[in-house]
Amino acid sequence: MIKKKEVKHIAKLARLGLTEKEIEKFRRELSKILDYIEKLKEVNISKVESTSHLIKLENVMRKDEQSSAPFKTLTDREKLLNLAPKTKNKYLRVKSIL
Amino acid sequence: MELTDLTITQAHQGLIKKEFSATELCQAYLDKIKEKNKEIFAFLTIAAKSALVQAKKVDSLISTGREISILAGLPCAIKDNILVENLKCTAGSKILENYIAPYDATVTKKLKEKGAVILGKTNMDEFAMGSSTENSAFGPTKNPYDLTRVPGGSSGGSAAAIAADMAIYSLGSDTGGSVRLPSCFCGVVGLKPTYGAVSRYGLIAFASSLDQIGPITKTIEDAKIVFEAISGKDEMDSTSVEKRFKIQDSRFKIQNIKIGVPSQYFVKGIDPEIEKLVRKAIKKYEDMGAKIEQVSLPHTEYALPAYYIINPSEASANLARYDGIKYGLSAKKEKDLLGVYLDSRQEGFGSEVKRRIMLGTYALSAGYYEAYYLKAQKVRKLVRADFTKVFKQVDIIMAPVSPFLPFKIGEKIKDPLSMYLVDIYTASVNLTGLPALSLPIGKVKDLPVGLQIIGKWFEEDKIFEIARLNENF
Repeated sequence: MIKKKEVKHIAKLARLGLTEKEIEKFRRELSKILDYIEKLKEVNISKVESTSHLIKLENVMRKDEQSSAPFKTLTDREKLLNLAPKTKNKYLRVKSIL
Repeated sequence: MELTDLTITQAHQGLIKKEFSATELCQAYLDKIKEKNKEIFAFLTIAAKSALVQAKKVDSLISTGREISILAGLPCAIKDNILVENLKCTAGSKILENYIAPYDATVTKKLKEKGAVILGKTNMDEFAMGSSTENSAFGPTKNPYDLTRVPGGSSGGSAAAIAADMAIYSLGSDTGGSVRLPSCFCGVVGLKPTYGAVSRYGLIAFASSLDQIGPITKTIEDAKIVFEAISGKDEMDSTSVEKRFKIQDSRFKIQNIKIGVPSQYFVKGIDPEIEKLVRKAIKKYEDMGAKIEQVSLPHTEYALPAYYIINPSEASANLARYDGIKYGLSAKKEKDLLGVYLDSRQEGFGSEVKRRIMLGTYALSAGYYEAYYLKAQKVRKLVRADFTKVFKQVDIIMAPVSPFLPFKIGEKIKDPLSMYLVDIYTASVNLTGLPALSLPIGKVKDLPVGLQIIGKWFEEDKIFEIARLNENF
């Protein structure tokens, strides 16, 4: 069973605002899901190496040049900036950090 | 026959023989959507104007006597986590409610180059997290066979749209069964291609080592046509590959095929009526001359718990980008940066998305990484080894898609774990990267049942050939 304190800590790591009600809800639900996942303890993995990708891939490299597809033009940049909630002089604007 | 009953090949023939125009075809589908979308709610965005413009373009091509692609002028629907330039792309989430796609996904680009008519964007579980489409922030899609039941998920809108004749074909995405399950529940054909066969560029990332875009269609032939149109290596997705084992129709003989039936997929919990239909479908192949072999995938029961660590872990990392700064919903009242993060994500994400972010962050956090994430990755390797071994004995694996019939709206939504268990027969395929197809094989209590056909890596063609033989039940 995970504790309320842990739920709060995880939410903070995930930058996720939660109400008191949600904290309690997730404490119960996550405990139940983690109980189910405990099943993995039955598997002996001492001889297994870990894997993240299953199909052998090679890194794809490209030249470090200023323009690359598909955002070649200024209008493309403007298109992206238009999606931002707040901009100033073609920069994203954020609230103060301190 | 109505225009909205046609398959891809039939509609294409009709266009080139000038039995009807692309504009008429497009209008017929738009009328159908207008008539049915209110009750089924398959579409989130209907792009009538741009669809008609595109149809007209194809009509003028036809009138000049030029040859057109098989998909030219044919109306399709795209899941709302795949970008279509200048159309809204919400991923079923409030956080992207007003997000307009600034570019085309590679699959969209490929379809557009072939002259496809995009009717609109389809409903889905928020960020593709779910198995019923009830997790959409905009309301659930209904199953066209029974409006009180779910269409399956997460590509529920894309599957329901095909079942209700609201598009000729659609695209969905499959991370743990999200193309196959709704295709099964809605009685249509759905393919989850081999990981890497189709570019993921422009697909809103959920769990990047599992996600794959696939077609949903009325027939196997159609699925093959759409798969061929969207697959291939793409410089914008480094995990995409150009690799395919083509088989010549003349060389393919069902008598040479060995079908594996994994005992672990027919255990307690499966609806006996579904099991009966699935076994009957497999028997039909035996009658045609295929050899049937019982096979064992011993780590099957550990695949789903491993999946539910890997999936939320990747999701929690991918969804870190929704910060209220670059795009999407942004909390207004906050005074500092941290407050903007916390509040934008709190307001913008629904319950299931928050749950997965929490679960994934927990599994990846200091002190738990080895016990959860690393362990799950190792189990994933064992699951793959099971399949590799079985595929040395047999050519193809057949199993159910879902242990139960389409369930009632509201039946599982209150219990997240019960919803996770819906993916029991589908998640292994994503963990291993294998291709798999859901083929409609009949009905139980007037509700569709699907057969899952799992092939070797990059052997989609063999799946199509085998599925085709059993198509007309």
